[in-house]
Amino acid sequence: MKNLNLTIDGHAVTVPEGSTVLDACRKLAIDTPTFCWAENLTPVNVCRICVVELEGARTLIPSCSRKAEEGMKIRTDSERVRLSRKLVLELLGSSVDMSLAKDFAPLAKRYDAHPERFGPRAARAAAGEREQAHAGHHETGDGQTAANVGQPMKVDNELFVRDYERCMLCYKCVEACGNDAQNTFAIAVAGRGFDARIATELETPLPDSACVFCGNCVGVCPTGALMFKAESDLRKSGGWDETKQTETDTICSYCGVGCQLTLRVQDNQIVRVTSPSDHSVTGGHLCVKGRFGWAFVQEPAAQDKGGS
Amino acid sequence: MVSVAGKRCVEQAFGAADIARVEAALGGARVAPARYALEASGPRRLLARAGRVDPCSIEAYGASGGWRALERALVIGRDGVIGELNAAKLVGRGGAAFPTGRKWEAVAKTPAGPRYLVCNADESEPGTFKDRVLLEEDPFALIEAMVIGGYATGAEQGYIYLRGEYPLAAERLEHAMAQSRAAGRLGPAHAMKPFAFDIELRRGGGAYICGEETALCASIEGSRGEPRTKPPFPVHQGLFGKPTAINNVETLVAVLDIVRDGAAAYAAVGTPGSPGTKLFCVSGTVRRPGVYEVPFGTRLGELIELAGGLSGPAPLQGILLGGAAGVFVGPDKLALPLSFEDARAAGATLGSGVVFVLDESIPLVPTLRRIAAFFRDESCGQCVPCRVGTVRQEELLARLANGKPRGDLAAERALLAELGQAMRDASICGLGQTASSAIESALVQLQPFVKSSR
Repeated sequence: MKNLNLTIDGHAVTVPEGSTVLDACRKLAIDTPTFCWAENLTPVNVCRICVVELEGARTLIPSCSRKAEEGMKIRTDSERVRLSRKLVLELLGSSVDMSLAKDFAPLAKRYDAHPERFGPRAARAAAGEREQAHAGHHETGDGQTAANVGQPMKVDNELFVRDYERCMLCYKCVEACGNDAQNTFAIAVAGRGFDARIATELETPLPDSACVFCGNCVGVCPTGALMFKAESDLRKSGGWDETKQTETDTICSYCGVGCQLTLRVQDNQIVRVTSPSDHSVTGGHLCVKGRFGWAFVQEPAAQDKGGS
Repeated sequence: MVSVAGKRCVEQAFGAADIARVEAALGGARVAPARYALEASGPRRLLARAGRVDPCSIEAYGASGGWRALERALVIGRDGVIGELNAAKLVGRGGAAFPTGRKWEAVAKTPAGPRYLVCNADESEPGTFKDRVLLEEDPFALIEAMVIGGYATGAEQGYIYLRGEYPLAAERLEHAMAQSRAAGRLGPAHAMKPFAFDIELRRGGGAYICGEETALCASIEGSRGEPRTKPPFPVHQGLFGKPTAINNVETLVAVLDIVRDGAAAYAAVGTPGSPGTKLFCVSGTVRRPGVYEVPFGTRLGELIELAGGLSGPAPLQGILLGGAAGVFVGPDKLALPLSFEDARAAGATLGSGVVFVLDESIPLVPTLRRIAAFFRDESCGQCVPCRVGTVRQEELLARLANGKPRGDLAAERALLAELGQAMRDASICGLGQTASSAIESALVQLQPFVKSSR
């Protein structure tokens, strides 16, 4: 394979053909933030937090999707890069509840982002209100408050909840549900512009939709918009306590594929099931049985048997 | 276009419509349209037939010089066609001004396999109505140009992506395509046309973003109209992932004169950097709004005079050049020669040819708010800088318009400058990249919030 030589922040780096600029940055240990990128999904370059400056280019380029080219001269910490990253953080922070996105607070500090510059948050939408928005029409307010995607949580099944006021529209769930993992296509982006949102067909509740409850959307969600109901209930009741949680790796016992499961447990109750995104069998993705079919483990009878 | 439930759509160009005229049209009467001007100050090239030759007759098209460019293309060959376009320095008329010859050459040089030629007829830049005139008044010219494009690029299939709100254009194009097929100008290869090329008409659903070339491809493919990141460019991976040349209507029609008469004859008018003629859509407070064909290099003031000058007694306030994605210039720019190089040097753009004239009687602030609302409505929502940035921009303008800035005017302008810079630098496509350009230029050039009278 051909090697490509790039210069990033003055340092020479060589990467194999087909690598992205992000790969090259990471090879130099340059900390490049991402929200919508994941190693097990096709890059969609929509969040724009990973932009870098390419010499000779009119605009900044998304490092997550841009393929490395011979001779590229790149700057990752120029004034333009810092400004765009700061604004992306401010725009997200002022319109989406990013409090559970694990990188958000440190990034806001690093880039001196102040989402409140755009004013106090406007009132949340009522249930169903955002879904009724008509493309090409909106109410123009007085600008004193910042429009946001605040809305009630959607709880229509026992397995996971959809808390779309935390949705930054990174497209990861759509990709995991579609071409990149599950090929179910139960969800897509509906609506336009600021009214764009993740939706099932005709906004049907998940149990009536094409959803097969594999939970791969939950597995890739970076902001906590999609969450196990067990976790969501604990958070609501104030019982969520990460200091009391452990993670245990095991193999799913349902079939012979051999998917690795990582069980997150609090008070001897499973609160979340994931799989490592670099696992050779799962690539981070599971099916409904591995992801949600663990209630039997917690049945008192099962636990007694295990103990005897 | 007016529609009444259960009845066929009524499509008529009214010009400035009042209730009485609309009612009369709905009643079935043929209301004489307040016709927009179709004029030229130099040679009539793009508008040679518009309004003069029957757009529904292939015989009339042939009798008025039609198909002669195609005949010469077959004589000079593929390379000859591309050579003429390069020599004529033809660049795209849709707004981005990319050299057409280089685009066709790139597609022609791709490895053998399916290729496409797409005509972007989604004309939806506010204030732009030049392509509509060509589509409605001279549909055969577009077809002939696309056949030449298919020949030069090696594409066997063409698409016209037509703005959904142009029903008359759709009707005339379908009719012209059927006649051209019957006459052997479109369709399979034969002795007189030794290559296959046909065209499919696709109508848009009303989204501005679908005029962006990669979103347009997504829309034709049946996907949501969202732009794709470039590179790869459409010339390498466009429609259905295949090499694709995407050209604006006016660009394609300009190809005819260049191929038929040669680049040297084409450059008889215009400037050295921008040879030939250009259509401008003059609207706003001028006496005769309409489509004007003028040689490149015509001064902005001359164009406005051609349109009859200002319509009222109020003095000129400013001019929006290039549409909502363009920039405002002040009255001091009337001597600006309208060419790509002069516009660029002045920090302006010709964009899609919009010249929207505002006199002092037009309140500027509501106009700016309308532009901000437009971009908020038309952002596809894919990337953060544009999806949220266009909302924040509109909110900021609302605060200024209401006289309740956060901090003071200077603070708001600094915030808008940062917002605009991030949208320009970090948005995926041209929509977000230009969404603040008209508003920022207006604040600098026309100072609307400084002069308290507005």
